Amino acid sequence: MANNTTHVIEYKSLSIILLILLFLTFITITIATVQLGPLTLTVAMLIACVKSFIVLSNFMHLKYESLLLRILVAMVFVLFALIVAITFIDYAFR
Amino acid sequence: MSEGIQHFEEHRDDEASKLGMWLFIFTELLLFGGLFLVYSVFRMQYAQAFYECSLELSVLIGAINTVILLVSSMTVAMSMTALQKNDIKSSLLLLGVTLFCAAIFLVNKYFEWGAKFHHGLYPGSELMKLLDRGHHLYFSLYFFMTGLHALHIIIGMTLLFICVFRIKNKSIHSQDYVFLENSALYWHLVDLIWIFLFPLMYLIS
Repeated sequence: MANNTTHVIEYKSLSIILLILLFLTFITITIATVQLGPLTLTVAMLIACVKSFIVLSNFMHLKYESLLLRILVAMVFVLFALIVAITFIDYAFR
Repeated sequence: MSEGIQHFEEHRDDEASKLGMWLFIFTELLLFGGLFLVYSVFRMQYAQAFYECSLELSVLIGAINTVILLVSSMTVAMSMTALQKNDIKSSLLLLGVTLFCAAIFLVNKYFEWGAKFHHGLYPGSELMKLLDRGHHLYFSLYFFMTGLHALHIIIGMTLLFICVFRIKNKSIHSQDYVFLENSALYWHLVDLIWIFLFPLMYLIS
């Protein structure tokens, strides 16, 4: 199978994606300097997740990939989330 | 057509190639995921120590490195776009910019680590052994995770250098660029890891 059918992402789109990512980075740093206490970590991680989603779907092309690949990637993140959740549940009951 | 392009029937499967790279990326995600898990548990247990230690890191250098990697992710994606449009010159230029960004990142890392080493803080040092458990854990994790990430940057750079050579000798071209695509995926993974590493290590409040 040749590559001729792979979707081409335009330079302009890629630039806009970068600007969004830079903006979110700026927000993350600003949030960290504003004392929100334990909430800072949650917000910072949420923004990091949004940034990851943007990188995964645009730069890493998943938006234009097959359903199989998208499901596989999602499953890996679900697996990781489960591992983290169960580990913390374990610690919570020690 | 140039000599580099072969004229016989190719049994290529680019989708499978890409899937293979993604499967490898999954193992890398779980590798760093495991480390993030270790970090999370110890941060929960030694919250105060982790906070104090994070003050030793330069948020400015960390932020600059974050910006550098985000820009490099865009330039490597643009390099792909250029190649798809058969604009070889732009593709090579953009790969060059990506590699330059990666080099700057490593230089920054050198200064960051250098500063720590200068103060006697490195894995196995006498000073490290004197730290209490929380502080010791933070710096051990810091060196290990940023070190492993830097190693991935070097691997990514190697892959991208190979792409430069292969584009030049025309074995990567607008009808066959799956190697560049896979190398770019690896580079985006390196960026993805740093997107989480930066707030976790540098921005504790």
